[in-house]
Amino acid sequence: MNTKLILRIAKSLLLARWKQTLVAAIGVTFSITMFIALLSFMAGLNDLLDGLMLNRTAHIRLYNDIKPSIHQPVNISSEFKGSYNFIQSIKSSSSRNEIYNSGAIMQALKTDNRVKGVAPKITAQVFFNDGAIDITGIVSGIDAKAESRLFYFSDYVVAGNSLDIMNVSNSVILGKALADKLMANIGDAVHVTTIKQERFSLKVVGFFQSGIQELDKVQSYASISTTQKILGKPSNYITDIQIKLSDINLAPSIAKEYAQLFQTDAEDIQTANAQFETGSFVRTLISYAVGITLLIVAGFGIYNILNMMIYEKMDSIAILKATGFSGIDVIRIFIVIALSIGMFGGLLGLLFGFLMSFTIDQIPFVTASLPTIKTYPINYNPVFYIIGFTFSLATTYVAGWAPARKASKIDPVIIIRGK
Amino acid sequence: MVNTIILEAKHINKSFHNHLTVRVLNDIAFTVNKGEFVSVIGKSGCGKSTLLYILSTMDTDYEGDVLIEQETMRGKKEKQLARVRNEKIGFVFQFHYLLNEFTVLENVMLPGLKLGVLKEDEVKIKAMDLLKEFDIHPLSDKYANQLSGGEKQRVAIARALINSPSIIMCDEPTGNLDKKNGLIVFDIFKRLAEENQQTLLVVTHDEEFAKNSHRIIEIEDGRIIKQ
Ligand SMILES: Nc1ncnc2c1ncn2[C@@H]1O[C@H](COP(=O)(O)OP(=O)(O)OP(=O)(O)O)[C@@H](O)[C@H]1O
Ligand SMILES: [Mg+2]
Repeated sequence: MNTKLILRIAKSLLLARWKQTLVAAIGVTFSITMFIALLSFMAGLNDLLDGLMLNRTAHIRLYNDIKPSIHQPVNISSEFKGSYNFIQSIKSSSSRNEIYNSGAIMQALKTDNRVKGVAPKITAQVFFNDGAIDITGIVSGIDAKAESRLFYFSDYVVAGNSLDIMNVSNSVILGKALADKLMANIGDAVHVTTIKQERFSLKVVGFFQSGIQELDKVQSYASISTTQKILGKPSNYITDIQIKLSDINLAPSIAKEYAQLFQTDAEDIQTANAQFETGSFVRTLISYAVGITLLIVAGFGIYNILNMMIYEKMDSIAILKATGFSGIDVIRIFIVIALSIGMFGGLLGLLFGFLMSFTIDQIPFVTASLPTIKTYPINYNPVFYIIGFTFSLATTYVAGWAPARKASKIDPVIIIRGK
Repeated sequence: MVNTIILEAKHINKSFHNHLTVRVLNDIAFTVNKGEFVSVIGKSGCGKSTLLYILSTMDTDYEGDVLIEQETMRGKKEKQLARVRNEKIGFVFQFHYLLNEFTVLENVMLPGLKLGVLKEDEVKIKAMDLLKEFDIHPLSDKYANQLSGGEKQRVAIARALINSPSIIMCDEPTGNLDKKNGLIVFDIFKRLAEENQQTLLVVTHDEEFAKNSHRIIEIEDGRIIKQ
């Protein structure tokens, strides 16, 4: 009964000065719109920068490092068990960096449900022969399908088809900068010399552009089997197994586990790219700082508008109180008013914020270094919308509650006399 | 039944403290019986409105005590006082305060809806009847700020009566009315007192109005000089 009456009074008070109500709501809408649009845009840029790196990097890389054995014979020998052994100038003995039993390992990985996908890789150091000059380069042997699925390889192939390296024998996809240097076009043959001085002729089937010029100057891709041929290795020769996980945060612990299990080296993305983590963290921090600043500024704006609105309704408060409405009734009425404005303005703000970020999303953004990006990036994270809406309700609530409470406490006569 | 005290002022003092302290009411003490129609007269600025605000519980900053239906108003919570005002007191301000956001009918109905004893349509019928008595029912759908001063005054009186309060306090209810409407109001007040046993405490400058009421309380410089 009382609730119905309070809602009714609030409605009348709101609609009687609907222009003022609208101004207050627009204030809320504007703030929330800016918040949503700016944060979506900043988060989009962040994702883009993160993705630049994360998309193309394995969460865990299994490999065999060339390094001295940890178990030196002197330590194992029972004769010197009780003593502390100093060993100097240790040299690595193993020169094999292939992963033993790679086929079985990959099978085992595929059945692990924490693993999203596995892609093998071989790396061969070569020289690209350009007339009299040799250019150092790398041929990476990859499984083009798995590489595309896990590391968006095909997105970075700017000319030709990424799958051609599997279909055309002895073919290669060159980094765009490397191809420019070699003046190689699609369909041309390029000559490579391996470290062991063997010469090969490879057919160019495409170009790729990673966004990192230094990389594009040396990098090229071929199929696993072609690379094995270049290196003169058998078909089970694999040097790297790249693993993508469902949850990137598990990488360090799973890496340790695999190193044990498969007796290989395992490197997780967090360890390999510590500086990247820092960069990403700082960028996120900046976004949050900007977001919070925006909200605080918006909060003061909303607070002021609502405060003004309530002070203009002081007379009505006095009359209501004189005719028997209690302080609590008055507070409730103004909270309903405030929340209505917050809700209406907030929802519109979400809508306009979405439209604004959608518009930004349509603006072309073409840069040579980011071949996969066509428009400005936007992150449509629902969390921004939830924060924005909660915030609009919370500030309007406080903005309505504080002056209403003050008004509810004083004798109605003080307001009436004050006229 | 006869001569039950319904309103009692016990040694009320009231001062305003601005730059210097000004005492506006000085040891005001009187009682009003049920069904009495009392006029309060006095020069402008002698403290009539101030007294009425205190008696109606709208001002709690005073010394002394107010008893309504033999119950002290001292130490009551804000919410309880609001309830007393809603249920037992009808108040008509000197400058007829109406809610401009509402229609005439809604203005009259609101205290009734707040009380919540009658259903909405019953409150509505009662409000319409009151408006008819004061001859302003054709204005019921107009907004309060579209009325003339005299019309507003009558709406304010109708609003004060909606919950059939036991005490009705009016601050110059006929100040803006012509002779005919002033008489209508007076007759209604008299009938409320004599037929319904409602109590009226009316501040007025109209000598004839005062003379025709049951009793006159005269105030000068914050003191009762004659009652
Ligand atoms: N807030 C205030 N601060 C100081 N003095 C005040 C205040 N309000 C009223 N007064 C003084 O109190 C006195 C009584 O005021 P009150 O309104 O009760 O007079 P009144 O008898 O109703 O006069 P009127 O017939 O003109 O309505 C006046 O002298 C007035 O100046
Ligand atoms: Mg007065």
